[in-house]
Amino acid sequence: MTNSWTDIKNADLVLIMGGNAAEAHPCGFKWVAEAKAHKGAKLLVVDPRFTRSAAVSDLYCPIRAGTDTAYLLGIINYLLSTGKYHADYVKHFTNAAYIVKDEFAFNAEEGLYSGYNAEKRSYDRASWDYEMGEDGFAVRDMTLEHPRSVFQLLKQHVARYTPEMVERICGSPKEKFLKVCEHVASTGNGEKSMTIMYALGWTQHSYGSQTIRTAAMLQLMLGNMGVPGGGVNALRGHSNVQGLTDIGLLSQSTPGYLGMPRDAEPTLSAHLGNRNFRPLQANQISYWQNYGKFYVSLLKAMYGKAATAENEFGYAWLPKVDLSYDALHQFDLMHQGKINGYVCQGFNPLLSVPNKGKMRAALSKLKFLVSIDPLETETARFWENHGEFNDIDSAKVQTEVFMLPATCFAEDEGSFTNSSRTLNWRWKAADGPGEARTDTVIIADLFLRIRDLYAKEGGAAPEPIMSVDWTYIKPSDPSPDELLREMNGKALVDLKDPADPTKILRRAGEQVDGFAQLRDDGSTMCACWIYSGAYTEAGNLTARRDASDPSGLGVHPKWGFTWPANRRILYNRASADPSGKPWSVKKQYIHWNGSRWVGPDVPDFVPTSAPEKSAGPFIMNPEGVSRLFARKLMAEGPFPEHYEPFESPVTNVLHPKTPTNPAARVFKGDMEVFGGVKDFPYVATTYRLVEHFHYWTKHAKLNAIIQPEFFVEISPELAKEKGVKNGGWVRVFSNRGSVKAKAVVTKRIPVLTVDGKKVHTVGMPIHFGFVGETKKSFGVNTLTPFVGDANTQTPEYKAFLVDIEPLSSGPAIS
Amino acid sequence: MNMQLSRRQLMKLSGVGAAGSALGAFGFGGAEEAMAQAVRPFKLARATETRNTCPYCSVSCGMILYSLGDRSKNTRSEIFHVEGDPDNPVNRGTLCPKGAGVLDFIRAKTRVKHPMYRAPGAKEFKQVSWDWAMERIARLMKEDRDKNFVVANKDGVTVNRWPTTGFLAGCATSNEAGWLTWKTVRGLGLVLVENQARI
Repeated sequence: MTNSWTDIKNADLVLIMGGNAAEAHPCGFKWVAEAKAHKGAKLLVVDPRFTRSAAVSDLYCPIRAGTDTAYLLGIINYLLSTGKYHADYVKHFTNAAYIVKDEFAFNAEEGLYSGYNAEKRSYDRASWDYEMGEDGFAVRDMTLEHPRSVFQLLKQHVARYTPEMVERICGSPKEKFLKVCEHVASTGNGEKSMTIMYALGWTQHSYGSQTIRTAAMLQLMLGNMGVPGGGVNALRGHSNVQGLTDIGLLSQSTPGYLGMPRDAEPTLSAHLGNRNFRPLQANQISYWQNYGKFYVSLLKAMYGKAATAENEFGYAWLPKVDLSYDALHQFDLMHQGKINGYVCQGFNPLLSVPNKGKMRAALSKLKFLVSIDPLETETARFWENHGEFNDIDSAKVQTEVFMLPATCFAEDEGSFTNSSRTLNWRWKAADGPGEARTDTVIIADLFLRIRDLYAKEGGAAPEPIMSVDWTYIKPSDPSPDELLREMNGKALVDLKDPADPTKILRRAGEQVDGFAQLRDDGSTMCACWIYSGAYTEAGNLTARRDASDPSGLGVHPKWGFTWPANRRILYNRASADPSGKPWSVKKQYIHWNGSRWVGPDVPDFVPTSAPEKSAGPFIMNPEGVSRLFARKLMAEGPFPEHYEPFESPVTNVLHPKTPTNPAARVFKGDMEVFGGVKDFPYVATTYRLVEHFHYWTKHAKLNAIIQPEFFVEISPELAKEKGVKNGGWVRVFSNRGSVKAKAVVTKRIPVLTVDGKKVHTVGMPIHFGFVGETKKSFGVNTLTPFVGDANTQTPEYKAFLVDIEPLSSGPAIS
Repeated sequence: MNMQLSRRQLMKLSGVGAAGSALGAFGFGGAEEAMAQAVRPFKLARATETRNTCPYCSVSCGMILYSLGDRSKNTRSEIFHVEGDPDNPVNRGTLCPKGAGVLDFIRAKTRVKHPMYRAPGAKEFKQVSWDWAMERIARLMKEDRDKNFVVANKDGVTVNRWPTTGFLAGCATSNEAGWLTWKTVRGLGLVLVENQARI
């Protein structure tokens, strides 16, 4: 989230789209109720289903699953064609004025940008950039009238997304769409703000990143970034998925969103040279210029004394990545028999990665599988026959499987990072059952055993392993306290103040106050620069429990610690105009008082940088402003464009020749099992229920009692057409598999008219499997396609094609 | 009187007070004190309260876990009640149906209690010791690493990667466990590293 859960109460308008907070994040949704009750805020919900969030909305607009980008581009077109956007914000705080290279082009007939290579299904992005001036800075036209300015190119790009076109693509009635537009436009003036809340309904598409970009662009057009009650707010999934992402447990990532070394970067200097972040305008902060300090401090945390300037702080010991090893690619490699061992730490891929049949076949090819989990997962039991729910011949599966008991949240201590980026410390309440051990003890044991084997026997490249710093007080059980201190970072020698070398900022061995004190000469260590400030000499700030909120704006600055630098709203300098005055008194947050930036939050800016210096508010970007035009940063284009899901009931009316994301990666064998509308006429979408959390609460008896079994939801109209009775059994099938379910016939599933054609939706909750307290089930991923977003590789769970037929009885229960 | 009362003491005192004054009103006089001592205090009053965070969604609601057992040596604490933490500024004491049922996750029948092993082709798990399981896993991993580790790519660039074993990290483990996991998996040279974030 750019803002926070408690900040939602400051919104005048809430747009929930691509999510269903009332059902999936109920205690966070309370802040929407608060805004409605105390501020008179309005709630808009745009969703393929009439959800629990829709039920308490002021306006609900239906939409066909998978067409959100077109819908949002339609709103941007409305703003641009009516002039109802925040003109000063757009001019000064976005790259609207930047001139784009002449070579850049978009072919609206083909649906392709310049530089496309059909064979490689990817773009050469060289032309997707700014015109550079002789002074070394990007060229701008502050009148925004230059035909090659981002503003004019955007205007032209979105002009195709008229209300009529939105209705044709999305199936959303034009009148409702225009009402949504009017509400949204009412916040484009600095006086009011809109927050956008989304979740997997936007991410789980083959173009999800572009949908979210479109939302960010919309908020920038309205001046809703950096202000109370504004922002683009990702409602993350698991309790600590934010934290584990921050710490970089992703194939291309390191702690704090730095990059893993790549083959093309043989040395540290090559790695850093690719990331110089030279400012694109005079006086810009371009904060990533400090990248090297964060990177060297991470290497010092990783390799300790073994990391020296002479060996580039151990850079060569880190593995280099040659290609994307995202989860979909990993399981495809496993399916090809190229992976021998696999460890799942609190993860159940047999149910959570698409195409269960492929997943089961892939796991069967492993030599060994280790599950470290508090619960018995379907993955740990993938080799076991559960009748038609998991039909497998155990004798043929040669995989060795280990199921290791881990403690659960109540049985260890440490911090979780919530969706608002706030780290909260948790304390241990009891020991785990039986012989359960904490994750840290299990991981330490694994590492130390392997290191000992290399010490005793040698083997392939022992040096990288032997160089890892493991100087914990008790090596077999590193304490959470020590580990958080390591993430915060400390001085390794006395740190002199660069402004006054007679002053010592931090003594050797002391915790640093924050990332501003980190150095690139090996004199500091810090495992996760964005968490720096969480555990200083003042103690463990994540354990702070002072809930006071002096401004009344839901800042709670002394509750836990929020990254970065305890900042609760990102980009908050943008809440004031270029001269440092608040855009409006009503939305006042951070402003310039003549000598400093002040307000209830930590300024997202250099606190003493005067407005006259003209440094832009988006300090991480070399432009100093935000981007309506993404330059080379997105796989499928610098502006978002509407593409259909890989399985769609209609053609792409904008460019039938390029119906789907041209830059999405599809593996051999997966393209062949996409289904067509002739055989699979209905749009399927998957979702969550308030009683369950993923594949986890099905193990909890109480939750299993209140929501005991798998079902699918269809409209009364489709039920009548197919002869399905409410509560009767049905079979739902895609080109990859088939599941049996009880049917819930409900008006909550609207029937849409898309480009003159009737489109039915089949809704499916995800939560059921064959282990636990709920009734045995197949797993909805039996049906879903194995394709992901072109940038993130998040699988397309939200829109695919199925057929449905009534059954006289349910599955045989073993 | 300047007395700092813990939440627990306050509950005990008010419980006794209510019983005592009622008895007094009925004229039992001297029996009051003895009776007060015989009243069974609320189980919650004896409980240890621990602040924790709901493990499910990313609202990360504050929770108070109530357990019996004072955590002295040779005792075993048992969690028997869970409430939303009213001090937490985000959830303000509320829990949803997922969080409200969390006790049944902590005590689920399907909790793994011992290291279990399934041999190739076997139809069931059998219980093994931690030591045996970890020794076997370390051995299997070393064998795979020794066989498939890539020190340099075909251009001679040092790449130090181990591309044949993968690790999917959890998303309900702590940040601290996450950092130790990162250090371990990257220290070993793994490139197949993921978590739930993009699934």
